[in-house]
Parts: sequence; structure tokens; C-alpha cells
Amino acid sequence: MKSEAEVKTNYRVKKQKSIARIFSNHMLLTGLVIIVIMAIISVLAPFIAPYDPYAIDPLNRLKPPSVEHFFGTDDFGRDLFSRVIYGTRISFFIGAVVAILAGVIGLIVGLISAYYSILDHILMRIVDGIYAFPSILLALAIVAVRGPDVVNVLIALVIVYIPSIARVVRSAALVVKEQTFVEALNAQGASKWRVLVIHTIPNLLSPLIIQVTFVFAVAIITEAALSFLGAGIPAPSPSLGNILFDGKNVIYHSWWMTVFPGSFIILLVLGLNLAGDGLRDLLDPKIVNAKRKKSRLIKTGKKVGRHGQQ
Amino acid sequence: MDNNKHLLDIRGLKVSFWTEKGRLTAVEDATFSIKKGETIGVVGESGCGKSVTSESILQLHDEQLTDYEGQILYKDRNLLDEPERKLRKIRGNEISMIFQDPMSSLNPVFTIGNQLVESLMLHRKPSKKAAYEKAIDVLRQTGIPSPEKRIHDYPHQLSGGMRQRVMIALAISCEPELLIADEPTTALDVTTQAQILDVLNELQEKTAMGIMMITHDLAVVAETCDRVVVMYLGQVIEETTVDQLFENALHPYTIGLLKSMPSMESDRSDQLFEIEGTVPALENIPTGCRFADRCPFATNKCLQEAPVLENATVSHKVRCWNYEEIALERGNGYATTTS
Repeated sequence: MKSEAEVKTNYRVKKQKSIARIFSNHMLLTGLVIIVIMAIISVLAPFIAPYDPYAIDPLNRLKPPSVEHFFGTDDFGRDLFSRVIYGTRISFFIGAVVAILAGVIGLIVGLISAYYSILDHILMRIVDGIYAFPSILLALAIVAVRGPDVVNVLIALVIVYIPSIARVVRSAALVVKEQTFVEALNAQGASKWRVLVIHTIPNLLSPLIIQVTFVFAVAIITEAALSFLGAGIPAPSPSLGNILFDGKNVIYHSWWMTVFPGSFIILLVLGLNLAGDGLRDLLDPKIVNAKRKKSRLIKTGKKVGRHGQQ
Repeated sequence: MDNNKHLLDIRGLKVSFWTEKGRLTAVEDATFSIKKGETIGVVGESGCGKSVTSESILQLHDEQLTDYEGQILYKDRNLLDEPERKLRKIRGNEISMIFQDPMSSLNPVFTIGNQLVESLMLHRKPSKKAAYEKAIDVLRQTGIPSPEKRIHDYPHQLSGGMRQRVMIALAISCEPELLIADEPTTALDVTTQAQILDVLNELQEKTAMGIMMITHDLAVVAETCDRVVVMYLGQVIEETTVDQLFENALHPYTIGLLKSMPSMESDRSDQLFEIEGTVPALENIPTGCRFADRCPFATNKCLQEAPVLENATVSHKVRCWNYEEIALERGNGYATTTS
């Protein structure tokens, strides 16, 4: 029999192994680093930004990047660096809130439709209906009805992205529901709620987390697109989308107005997508194994390319 | 027979499901009983209603789509009348179940310790520490080596046989009076099968619980059971003791089952006996005897009138019009198992 200390070191080794797995997953690591940097920028925006993002300086309109203004100034003479930092803050905030809210509501909707067949028909038809609209168009319509402000943009984006999460949760829950362990739990006298909340949800977490990461990324893009179209965050407050919109008019002589907010959007979304892909590889054992197996077969010369037989 | 001694008494159980094809009756007129400390085998081909019967005892079917009729008397209470809340107190506590596929019977995201402690907490509400100790204790009873270490393992770290032991540990953790084992050894290899059956036998000797062993393997029946219920297409067609089943089977279906079992003495160049045809689908059940169109002894009466379960002897029930002729034909009333 092993001593308790030995067992404990055993578990420490296992923990280290799983941390090592995260570090060996370069995609996930890169994505996480980008997200963390962006999160720090968003949280610390008031301390990082050298100027007030709303302070107008008519004498310094559309100045190119310099030591004073890292990213130059915009058409009102506002410091672009400060505005991009604050814009990142708003975009990140909106993306995160949408991801969390849509994640929670989508989880509930998905679970209900997986377990109650009558509600399933109703809920899934609504979901199909929402899904049938192009997401930007639907969000645009919702904001147009309710008027552009941060809360309305949030509501619109949450409504638009609930279906994608609800569908993923529903299909995963349907698989879990048919597993013998659910029946075994019933046979042990577990209540419906216990089976649903304690035993089903943990089994859905990996697809849910992956989907939420992607919704996070897409919500940022959609918010930027809405702001660019003038239906997002209203004018004086900076968002990456409406800075781009301001830059559109002066794109031929003031490239910095589009390049900097544009690259921040790209970075943010790239980071989130990398993290999402990385998480999928990490959490879905089937994909990783298939990849490893394939690369091993190719290395040992047993498999050549995609269509080659052994 | 003394009715008061029956732990579980199923009378005229009828289970039907609402499906897209309409209402299908999966079990009709299932009648048998289990005494304390007794092992009863339920055998039959796939689709004969064995599992449906066993799951009906705890009413594990989707309640919106299932109709139950008849009586399931457990300690003189009809389980079919009990509300869900009371049933939950019986499930896992007084009657528990082991399933066929140990690979998916445990929740993959929790350690086996977590799951054992949870099931104890559901019914017994001990302290965390006591539950933990009890969990180790039941794991040890099922023959798992170094249970204090294994208790931290996740299901995927264990082999099929080990997982089935964990399932047994889960099932017996609250010391049930009746254990329903739904093909507990089907998914395991032969040596592991024997070990699992040994574990069940030992536990039964210790705790005197009744076991309902559902299987299609007559070897398992011969090894573990006291009495056997043979089911065909949702009906009990023969019920008797194990010894009589192997020596004096009366129903043509049972005789066919026994003959289709290869034996050590039989000539290997001979073709193995098979029962002609397949089990009919539930939506077109024959009007007369349900086995008639596969039965070598079938007469016109068999095709028109459904037989009832009759007492051939005190401890031998059979559902067949011709069992007396069959008994005579098969030699002085004794059918031989292997010939």
C-alpha cells in the first residue's frame, strides 16, 4: 500500500502534467497571452491612457504618430492611443458580457430543450428562426428599434448569439442523457435536478467553454460592425468600431485612424480564436489523439499524406 | 407457497410505451416473485422484455410515454401506486440496480469516491468522513485491491471488470434488500464474468438480499440462480427451479434455448441447434400463442387461442397448450438438455 504522501506526490505530478499540456499547446498559449494582455489593457485603461480620450484639441487635428501621440490624433485632435485603449476596454467588456450572458441563457435553453420534448419543439423553432437571420442584420434591427446605446447593443448581441450556444448545449446534452450513468443515477434515487445540474452540466462544460470563446470573438466583431454602421456605441464614447468609422472619411491621408483600431480588433479576435481552437484541442481528447496518431503514422512512414493508403 | 415471505411479487404486470407507431406493449402479464436471499434468473432472447420488466420495478422509463398496469408488490406495497418522491427513497436504497455496460454506467467527470459518497449521502446522510470510510469499505467488499487509493480514480482509469465492481459497490452501498442485475456480465470477458458472479454470490450470502439476475446466458443461470423465469415476447412462458429447467423444460421455447447451447460432450461436427425464425416485432404480435409460428409442436389451437400460465407441478409453471404431450414425447416427461 502506498503512503498518503506518495499518493499526494502522484497527484502533484498529474497536475504538473496537465499544466505542461497547456504549455505545449502553442495555439492556446498564444491566444491566452493575447487575451490576458488585452484584459490588462482594458482594466487599466485609465492608467495606461496618457490623455483624456474625450479631450478635443482643434490645433492638433489628424497628426501622424509621434512621441507625444503614439498613434497620432483623430479629426477632433483627440489622442488616438487613448481612444483605442478605451475602445478596447468597451469592446472587451461587451464581448465578455455577451459571452457570459449568452453562455448562461444558452445553457439553460439547451438543457431545457434536451430534457423536455414539448418545450424542445417550441424553443428550437424560435432558435431556428433567430438563426435564419444574418446576425449583423438582426442585431442592427434590434438596435434600430431600441435606439443605440451600450445596454441595447448588449441585449441585441445576447439575443443573436444565444441560439449558437443553445444548439451546442442541446446536442451535447442529448448525448449525455442517453448514457447509462444517467439511468444508473435514477436507479440510485437521484432527483431530476440532481441529475441535470450536478451530473449533466459538468459533462457539457468543454463544448460550452469552446463555444463561449467563439461567441466572445464574434460578439466583438459584430459590435465593431454595428458601431461602424452607426448603430452601436453612440458617438463620443470610443469603441473600436466607431473609431474605424471616423477613420473611413480620412483613410487616404490619415492611415493611422484605421490601422491602429483595426489591428486591435484583429489581435483581440485572433487571440480569442486561437484560445478557442487551443481549448478544443485540449478538452476534446478525440481530436488530439487523432492528430497525434496521424503524425506518428506519418513519421513512421506508415501513412503518406491524406489520401495515401498505408 | 407462503406469500408473506415474498420480497417482491409481480402480478400481471403490463408495460406499454407510446411510440410513433402507436401504443406498443412490451411486457404483458409478467408474473413472478422473489424471496429474500433468493436468486432468480430471467432469461430470454433480445427484445423479450427482460430489461423492460426490471426497469419497470423501479419505474425508470420515461413516465410521460409509459403506461403500467398490474401490481408490483414490494413488502406488500404496490410500487406502481407510490408517488415519485417515495419511489426515490426506494431506488438505490432498498432496491438497486446494476447495468449491462460498465463502461458508461459511471459519470466520467467525477471520481468513483465522489459518486459512492454521493449515493450514500442521498439515502443515509452520514458525515462526510463516515461516508468516505463506508465507500472504501464497500469497494473492499467487491474485491477491489487497495480501495483507499482507487477511490481517487476517475472511471476511465479503471478496467471494465473494475468498473463493474464499482457499480456493484454503488448498488450495495445502502444495503439494499433486492438487487436487480441487468446482464451484469455480458460486456465482460469470461474470467472477469466468473469473478463478478462470485462477488455477487458472496455478497448475497453475507446480506441475504434477493437478486434478480437478467441474462441470456444459461451458463450464468446454472451457476447462480435458484429459480428461473423464461420470457418470450413480453410474457413469462415458464417458471421453475434451475434443476427442473435443465432436466424437465416443458415449453418448446425453453427446450430450444437449452438445445442451442453447445455442450462439452456434443459432437462438434454437428450443426448447433437453432430456433427457427426471429422474435416478431412488437407491432404485430400473433393472436394465439406468441411462439406458435416458430414452434415445432404448434397445432391449430395454438394459432387461435392464447395459452395461460398453468401449474404443471407445484413449482413449475408453463404457458403452453401442449406441454403434457411434449413431456410425454420427450421421454417419460423428462426433456434432456444435451443430446
